[in-house]
This record gives sequence, C-alpha cells and structure tokens, in this order.
Amino acid sequence: MSQEQTAYSATDEVTSFLDKRTAWSRTKILLRKSPATARFGMIVIAIYIFVAIFAPWIAPYGEAEVFAQPYAPWGGEHLLGTDQIGRDIYSRMIYGARNTVGIALVTTILAFVIGGGLGLAAAINRSWLDQLLSRGVDVLMAIPSLIFALVLLSIFGSSAINLILIIAILDSTRVFRLTRSVAVNVVVMDYVEAARLRGEGLGWIMRREILPNILPPLVAEFGLRFCFVFLTIAALSFLGVGIQPPTADWGSMVRENASLIQFAQYDLKAGLTPLLPASAIALLTVAVNFVVDWFLHHTSGIKD
Amino acid sequence: MHPIVATVIQRLFLGIATLFVVSIIIFSSIEMLPGDFGQAVLGQAATEETVAAFRKELGLDKPAYIRYFDWVAGVIQGDLGTSFSGRAASGVDRSRPVAELIAPRLWNTLFLAGMTAIIAVPLALFLGITAALYRNTYYDKIVSASTLTTISFPEFFVAYILILLLTALWPVFPSLANIDVSTPLGERIYRSALPALTLTLVIVAHMMRMTRAAIINLLANPYIQMARLSGATQREVILKHALPNAWAPIATVIAFNLAYLVVGVVVVEVVFVYPGVGQLMVDSVTSRDIPVVQACALIFAITYIFLNLLADIIGIITNPRLLHPK
Amino acid sequence: MSKNDILLDIKNLKIEGFSDEKWHPIVKGVDLTLRRGQIMGLIGESGAGKSTLGLAAMGYTQPGCRITSGEIMFDGVDLAKLSEGKKREYWGNRITYVAQSAAASFNPAHRLIDQTTASTIRFGIKPETEAKADAVTLYDALNLPNPNMIGNRYPHQVSGGQLQRVMTAMAMSPRPDLIVFDEPTTALDVTTQVEVLTAMRKVVEEFNTAAIYITHDLAVVAQMADFIKVLRHGNEVEEAPTRDMLSAPKEDYTKSLWSVRALEKDPIKEQAPILEIKNIDASYSKVKVLNDVNISVPRGSTVAVVGESGSGKSTTARVITGLLPPMTGSIEFDGSTLPNKLEDRTKEQKRRIQMIYQMADTAMNPRQTVREIIGRPLEFYLGLSGAAREKRVVELLKMIELDERFIDRLPSELSGGQKQRICIARALAAEPDFIICDEVTSALDQIVQEGILKLLMRLQKELNLTYLFITHDISTVKAISDQVVVMNLGQVVEQGKKDDVFSPPHPEYTELLLSSVPEMDPDWLTNLNKVRQAS
Repeated sequence: MSQEQTAYSATDEVTSFLDKRTAWSRTKILLRKSPATARFGMIVIAIYIFVAIFAPWIAPYGEAEVFAQPYAPWGGEHLLGTDQIGRDIYSRMIYGARNTVGIALVTTILAFVIGGGLGLAAAINRSWLDQLLSRGVDVLMAIPSLIFALVLLSIFGSSAINLILIIAILDSTRVFRLTRSVAVNVVVMDYVEAARLRGEGLGWIMRREILPNILPPLVAEFGLRFCFVFLTIAALSFLGVGIQPPTADWGSMVRENASLIQFAQYDLKAGLTPLLPASAIALLTVAVNFVVDWFLHHTSGIKD
Repeated sequence: MHPIVATVIQRLFLGIATLFVVSIIIFSSIEMLPGDFGQAVLGQAATEETVAAFRKELGLDKPAYIRYFDWVAGVIQGDLGTSFSGRAASGVDRSRPVAELIAPRLWNTLFLAGMTAIIAVPLALFLGITAALYRNTYYDKIVSASTLTTISFPEFFVAYILILLLTALWPVFPSLANIDVSTPLGERIYRSALPALTLTLVIVAHMMRMTRAAIINLLANPYIQMARLSGATQREVILKHALPNAWAPIATVIAFNLAYLVVGVVVVEVVFVYPGVGQLMVDSVTSRDIPVVQACALIFAITYIFLNLLADIIGIITNPRLLHPK
Repeated sequence: MSKNDILLDIKNLKIEGFSDEKWHPIVKGVDLTLRRGQIMGLIGESGAGKSTLGLAAMGYTQPGCRITSGEIMFDGVDLAKLSEGKKREYWGNRITYVAQSAAASFNPAHRLIDQTTASTIRFGIKPETEAKADAVTLYDALNLPNPNMIGNRYPHQVSGGQLQRVMTAMAMSPRPDLIVFDEPTTALDVTTQVEVLTAMRKVVEEFNTAAIYITHDLAVVAQMADFIKVLRHGNEVEEAPTRDMLSAPKEDYTKSLWSVRALEKDPIKEQAPILEIKNIDASYSKVKVLNDVNISVPRGSTVAVVGESGSGKSTTARVITGLLPPMTGSIEFDGSTLPNKLEDRTKEQKRRIQMIYQMADTAMNPRQTVREIIGRPLEFYLGLSGAAREKRVVELLKMIELDERFIDRLPSELSGGQKQRICIARALAAEPDFIICDEVTSALDQIVQEGILKLLMRLQKELNLTYLFITHDISTVKAISDQVVVMNLGQVVEQGKKDDVFSPPHPEYTELLLSSVPEMDPDWLTNLNKVRQAS
C-alpha cells in the first residue's frame, strides 16, 4: 500500500513540466518517428517538385522538339527513345511533371478555395445559405464527376483553362461537404460560443477559432483530393479530351504510345514505354497517399 | 402509415426530384452551345437554309421549357433524339437515332459491369471483413498496403500492366475485346476477361478498404463488448450482433463502388476498345455529338442515382429504430 | 469461514495499457478477495484503474490492455491463464457484467427478452421457454412496469433507467456466482438512480449473488456493498467494511473522497439584486422549455439553480447570456433592462456577464495557448496589449493559484482542474460583476472539485462577484450557495435562502429530489424505501 501525498495544490496536478518546444523541434521529432512509407512518400514528392520546377534545366531537349526518327529505341541519343512523331520521351516525361502536376495542383487549390470558403460559410450560417448550397451540392454529386466533366468538356471544348475550371468546380462539391461537416462540429464547441458571447466578430471567429481547428482534416483532404484530381485529369487526357498536344502530359503520353506495348515480346523496353508515364502518375499518387495516411493516423490519434 | 413506408416514399421522391434537376442540367447543356454550332456540325460549306433547317430540327425556334418537356417525353418513350454525326453540309442526313446507337452498347456495358460485380463484390467483402477481424495482423497489413497502392493507380495503368503481362509477354487473353451481338457467351466472357479483371482490381481495392473501415467502426460499439462478455463466440458476435447492424454501411459501400464501377468502365472500355456506352460517350465528346453525350450522361446519372437510392432504402428498412418505432 | 467460501482471489495483479506508442501501468499490483454472496464496492476517481480491475475480475481486458503478472483465481481456476475460448465458458454463465451505458450496450437489432436470455439458453442452463418465463419473473422483481410485455420491446423503445434494470435482469438470468457492476447508475438522474439501486440490491440479495460494484460515488456504493476497497492511481489505498470506512476512514485520501460535502460557506450580508429575470418563456424551435421563470440574484451572492436533466436550468443560462432570446419576459441587470438578443447588447454589457462551462476541454480552443486564451478578453474588452497584457495574464494566473510557467501551455498540456482554472481566469480577465457557472465541477474528481469551489468562493469575497451556479449535484449546492432555485420541467418549483429550501416542509418535487440524493449512511436507502412505502 503506498502512501501518496494528498495535500492539494493546483500546480502539482500535472507533475512533470514539459519543455516548451518550438514548432520546428516538434516537426523534427515527428519526422524522426515517421514510418518508412511516409518517408518514402515525402522523398518522392520532393523529387517531383524539384523536377517540375527545374524542368527546362534538367530536360536534354525541348518539350515539343521533333526529331527525325519516330519510335527510336531506348539508349543512345534518346534515353527513353522517341514517340510516334519523334519527340524525346525522357524530356517529355520531365516536362510532364510540370504540366500534369501543375495543372492538378492549380485545380485542387481552386477547388479548395471555392469549396472550403462556401463550406465554412454554410457551417456558420446554418440557415438559408446552408440549405441552398447543400441541396445544390447534392444535385451536382448525383452525377458522377467524370461523366459530368465529359459533358461539360463536350460543350466548352478541351482547353487547359476549361479543364481546370470544370474539374475544380466539380471537385469543390466534395471539399464543400467535408469542410462543412468538420466546421459544423467545431462551430458547436463551447469555445466558439464563448467567443460569440465575448462579442467577437464573424471574421475573427472564422479565422482564429474555427480555421485552426479544421485545418488538419483539410490538409489531409487536400492530399486525397489532389490524388483524385490528378487521376481524373490523367484519365481525361488519356481519353483525349483533357490536356491537348503538343503540351507534354503523362496521361496523353500513355495514349500516344499505347500501341508500343504490343512489341514487348520483341523489345521489352519498347513495351514498357507507355507504362513509364503511367507509373510516373501512379508513383506520385502512391507517395501522396502514404503521406496522407500517416498524417491522418497521426492527427486523429487512432491507434487501430 | 408505418414510418418505414413514409421514409422510403420520402427518399423515392427525393430521388425523383434529384433526377429531375439532373435531367434539366443535362438538357441545358445543349442550350449552352455557342450560337454557330449548326455551322460547326454541318461544316463551313453548309448553306444558310440547311443550317436553318438543322436549327429547326433541334427545335431551337421553340422556347426552352417546351423543348425540355418534348425531350423528357421522348426519353420516356425510348426516343433519345438523333445523332449529329452523319450530317453533311449539303443537307444529306445519314444520322442514326441515338437509341439505336446506344442499345447494343448498353447491353455490353451492363455485361462487363455485371461480370465485374459478380467477382468483385464477394471478394471485396470477404477481404474487408477478414482484414477487420484480424486487424493489425500481417494479413491485414499486407491487404491494406496493397489496396492502398492499387487505389493510387490510374485505371489505364492497371490495364496496361495486365496487357503487357497477359497478352504481350504471356499471351493468355486477347488485348482487344471486340465482341458483338453474335458472340457466344463463353467467347464473350473470354474476350471480356481482361477489362473485367482490370475493373475488379480497382473496385476491390476501394470496396475492401471501405468495408474494413465500416466493420471496425461497428465493432467499436459497446454492445459488441457486451456480447463478448456474455460469452458469445467470435462467430456469434459477427453473425448475431454485428451483421444485423451492418447492412446499412455495407449497402452504402457496395452502392458507392458499383457507382464507381460505372465511371471506371469509361476508361477501361477505351483501353480495350470494348464496344460499350463509355467508349461511345468519349467518341461523342471528341466529335461534340451532343445528343449522344446527353443520352450517355443521362444513363450514367440514372444508374448512379438509382444505386445510391437503393443503398439508402436498404439502410432504412434494416434500421431497427425505424423498423420498430416507439 | 472455510477456505471454500472464497469465490474470487486476485493476487498481485498488474495490467498495462497501450497509448502514445508505450505501455503504461494501469493496475499496479492489487490483491482482491471476494467470498460467495459478498458485495465489494470498488471506488476511486478517474484513472484509478477501477474499471480495468473490475473487468479483469472476469479475466477480460479491453483491447489495448494486457495482464502482465498476477493471478485471478475464480473458484479455483486462474482466469488469467485461460484461453479466450475457455474464459467464454465463464462469461455470461458464472460471471456476468452490467455496463455503465445500457443504451449503448444493448444491441439495437434484437428484442430485450432475447438479449436477456441469450446466454442462459446458450449455456443450456435453462430451456428457452423456462428462461423466458424466468426473465419475466426477474423483470417483475426489478419493478419494471408491465413485466410480461416489456421483453418484447427493442432497446430504443424503453427509458434509460428501465434499460439499466433490464441489463441487471440479463446479468441475473443465468444465476451467476458473480456480477460485475461497472458504474451502472452514473449516467442516471438521482430520482431514477434510487429506483435502479433499490431494484439491483433487491435481486442481488434475493439470490445471494456475489458482486463487485464499481463507482466513483461513495454514498452510492455504501448502499450496496458489504465492504469497500479504495483505489488510486492503480494502487489500493485501503479496504474496510462499509460501516467502518464511513465512520472511521484510515487514509487521508479516503476522507478527501467526500471533501465537497465538508465545505461550508459563511453567510453573507443581503444586498439588492443585481440580476432579475422576469416571466421568462423560452422554446427551442417549437418545444417550450421554460415556462414563466422568475429568478432574482442578490449582488455578491451565489444562487444555485438545481434540477435534473430537462429541467431547463441550462436553458435559463442561455437566456441570460442572450444566446437564446426568450419569447416573452425581461432580464434586468444592475438597474437597467438588458436587450434579449446577444447582438443587441453593448460590449460593456457583454463584459459584465461572463460564463464558465462544464467541459473545460471544449470551452478552450485547443490550438491557443494559455496566453492567448486569457489575453484575448484583456485585449478585447480592456484594450491591453504587449507588456501590460502579459503582466495582467500572469496576475490572473496567480489569482487562480497557477504561475507564469503555464503561460505557454496548450490546453492539452493541462490537467482537468487546471483547465477549469484557466477558464475561470478567462472569465475574470473581463472584470465581470456576474458569472454564470454551468456545472463547472461535475466533470471533475472530488478533490479537484473542492479546490475549484474553494477558489470560486475566495474570488467571490475578494472581488465581490455574483454567481449563478447551475448544477445537478445537491452536495455542491449545500457547499457553496446562499440561495437555491429548484427547477423541474421548465418551471421554478421553489426558490429561497439555502436553509429554508433545505429544511422541511418541501414542495413535492423538492422533497423527491432531496430525498433521492444518496447519503453517507449504509442504511439510507433502506430507510428511504421504508418512508416512501409508508406514505
């Protein structure tokens, strides 16, 4: 039987005093504890970002530069050969990082600005605005987004701007739903009520009380939405209605070189060519998913 | 009225209302066409009269709401309008009715989706439920990691890997799935094997992850612990205590993924040149054949809404709180 | 007593739980001996390991926990060494369990009678018809209304107090040797608690079943248990027969378990009212929740508003703050009428009325440090900034008996009591005249409650504060209030000076409420039921 001190003191309730850690040292500790999959993901993402930014300096040839020999084999002058009209595949892969990832990123950001803003507004308003937006989103989500995108693209035509706008608006519906549902949970918290009782304005409440608390799920969602947008745009480009030639883009590169796959029996490398841009897409999505998975696990505190 | 009936009727009305709004959106897509569209379809050489005749045929001289009801009335009777393709500047019209274009392809698409669903749904449920039951074992970790990877792959990547392996390197299956009405069933299955396999891989990954999450969620309920503490065996816990409460989440997972299947079908059909609605839709988008695009979009949307409605209704009729009101 | 009498003998049991990527000890080597037909009370505050120990008595550990050493001898068999399959033959058969939340612990998909008899039938103790007939007898013994029919209902169709009794019937159905009750009445209102306690005690005595009764409420366990074991931080503090422990606790810690009951407030000089609410009617959408409520709060005093769930006491607070504008009636504050709606009140009016919440966890933004939490009202109402603000934050921390080391902490780095103190400091920062305390101590352990209540009383004296203290806990009311308002179903039943309200004669509801509060007397429940039966 142990004799414990029972004299009460408020400061002693938590006996061990934690060292105050800066955000940076917290991050370092976090990274040190990250699992291998998440580290792999972060490294891959870093490489993609690097390649996208420095594409013109890394690529040996121009994005749309045409050489004499179409379907050139791997090695020699063209590391990964040339495509059906004689463009250097290696260079187009590198430029693809910039175009494909860049367009997906811009689209996702736009979707978050639209969906996140409206979702937050709906969560706070909770009356006519919420009803109007929520019902509108229900209807938009009743049509599969790839199908909806195809309809809109057939009307407005496939340009990069149209593509970004259409996908961003369609995808913002999902961002709206998530933002609204997490924000609704925060809005009912006592600390938000306390801020209202204090007399704080709407802007302050949104910025200081709500936003910091819905940020973790939104960051995770950003990763997942990016993957989704990235795959949708790749699919559309692959179908020939997305990013248009001569812009180097991984989705359309798969389509353009698809026929090479039949030569795999004779030249495995040629057969692999169409899989290169496809695996570039897959690798990035896998990487982002790994990081998001770890992030979700970390922030939700789920130990399952 | 029993509250279940009331709730189901309410959902049905909601579904119909959604369909109504969706049909307006799809219909109004033709409204948003640029003004010179008649010219674009018929070609620069078209005379003013042929363009005017074409516009009249589209009904562009009538008010929009009348054309909408005409269109809906047509759709209900199976008349989906006439395709834009086959029109010529001269006014010669070799265009075909959309319904005629779609009918055989719709059957093909349903065949492919059905074939996939028959394999994918039981497989995914089995994997998802077992992964949830044996949570944190190596089995669970391997299944979860491999499905996370598969989810990250674009459908065409999975498709081309399969083509590379199973047609180019080890020719087991045909790479092109050319089938038509006369293809016998066995041959049809053989030729559709690769597209179905691709779709299965993609769907199973999604469905398995969602099933696992739903089951884990369910097993966290206090009544499951209570059942264990009453001496129920693992089997009894699952069959008697978890399953009766699992229909709603499982139905939602299946419906969501079948709906996803409908979309995934588009890409896979294009890869394998499978003569289905998806491929037709992509071709029509490229050639901007709006009536066909509209019809395809409507079919996809109806399927999607119907599946979600079905999941909703299954959730309602298996909910004990609604089944046995106070 | 012979050795064969011993039903359960736990020796040096150690249990660990997994969190934050580490194993932490929860139960640190506890012994427990229970004889046939005995009832042991297991008492302790949050984190004492009492529920973990109670479940371990069944050989069960929750997911994420493990038994590291010790033995659990149940009728000569060590449950700790048995396989899951072997243990299952005991569960629902010779050992049964009654959970805290009956509403969540019944499967929504099955009828109550089927759940009551499931394990009895499974283990072949009785055939189905006999088991069901027996269940009806048990329902009757437990005073459930309409015992023949209630079994055909589904869990969501009956009330919480009834469900808890059905669960007791379920636990009793196989006629176990041992029942583990895990806080079975904690979620219930006091008036319901009395009925459930009476019913549970009756059947346990009738069948001479041994039981372990887990709770944090000493007065409740005193009605049930033959002897009591006090736990703290996974260790045993002391164990004694119930009467001995209540009359002469050995350990200081045990005494602290009823420390709030020992608090007393000095009478204050009567002053004019600072707040009066007059003829208030209020409703949520269409449901009327307040009906002609009148409350007057003298300056510098503490007025306790007491009632059970659904009495309208928290709604009254929302009306005063302006969050829920009343349909009719007015709120007079310090001589002038307050606008009903929060938006129409001036900053100064808002500043003078502050609120402290029940759950300090949700009342503070988890992403703000103590500096931001306390500093914001200083900046907002008083225009303080920079060093002046910093200085005042430290002063406020001192006032609530914490120091400047806490200024950079996030709420998650504070204990429950510290969090509530920070909330008090945030309210004080506005330099208010009037503070609404909404169940501010009910989520806290007794010893922490005592500290918070003492602090509030000291601050009241120093700063001439007025409190409206909303609570369901009568002992808190006795400890701190000057005046008491009793509410029930949206109406004020009685209001007046504390001594007047607590001395007879009472209106009917006050009588019911006051008499239902368990007292530190093992005979309290017996006497109460005698009195109630007589009248």
